[in-house]
Amino acid sequence: MIFSSTLPNSNDGYVAAAYIVFFAIVLIYVAIMAVRLGRVERRVRELGAPTRDRDADIPSHPETAAAENEDSPTHTQERETV
Amino acid sequence: MPRPTLRTLSVLTVLAFCVYLPLVFFYAPIEAEEGFVQKIFYLHVPLAIVTLCGFVLGGLFAIAHLRTRDSVWDLRSYVAIHMSLIFGVGVLITGSIWAHASWGHWWVWSEPTLVSFLIVMLLYATYQPLRFAIEDPERQARYASVFAIVAGAFVPMNFLAVRLSSSYLHPRVLGSTSNLPAPMGYTFLVSLLAMALLFATLCMYELAAKRTRILLKSRSRILGYQ
Repeated sequence: MIFSSTLPNSNDGYVAAAYIVFFAIVLIYVAIMAVRLGRVERRVRELGAPTRDRDADIPSHPETAAAENEDSPTHTQERETV
Repeated sequence: MPRPTLRTLSVLTVLAFCVYLPLVFFYAPIEAEEGFVQKIFYLHVPLAIVTLCGFVLGGLFAIAHLRTRDSVWDLRSYVAIHMSLIFGVGVLITGSIWAHASWGHWWVWSEPTLVSFLIVMLLYATYQPLRFAIEDPERQARYASVFAIVAGAFVPMNFLAVRLSSSYLHPRVLGSTSNLPAPMGYTFLVSLLAMALLFATLCMYELAAKRTRILLKSRSRILGYQ
């Protein structure tokens, strides 16, 4: 009964077009993000090995590590937000 | 209260869409005057509301950024505006399709609601060029925040001005939801919730991606890759 009162009668192409456009926009966005994520994953893999090597060299004393972090580009770089 | 994670939000969004779409097509009755084309209402109007709220949210985050100087707020403001721009494109396209189906024109320049939304979109289209024209990250964030606040304040004023205008060619949605039949009202509320969840999920997704890229960039710099 519900179905019979909600079935399309005319202009259904416009409705389909509107919903398709919306889902296409969302899909395109998600696809772009997926491509970017793939790039990030590749980069992480590239960095993986040297990062592990470097972490092994980091001094264990917390104050030394903190001082090193203060001077590192991380602080300035992380402000480059977008 | 624990903050919802990206995974929780994603699941909730999918569930909301699983409820929203059947409600639109199988539960909400066909409107007497417009017929089946009125189903675009459940897409176009929630999208427009979420878009405008996203712009205002961007302004609120920008206020938090200027108050705290915490770059996280600037990032949130940027993402809210960025996502609202994407949703806004959807509003313009679905609105044009609806206009052509109902009025026989893709665009009606004499209709204040359409033109005012276009003005808001054009205003925000300048946000990213303005932002990325500034090299210094501190200044970039500060100027972008000022822009987001001013433009965010313009959005509700613009909305009010249109509501006070004399033309009633464009359907008045917020003032007439109480007049909607119950099935249409429920469907509209569910569609609004689904759009809001989608917006929140995509914002979280974008934020997570941006944070990862920033961390990766700084890590690369430490290791001397860039």
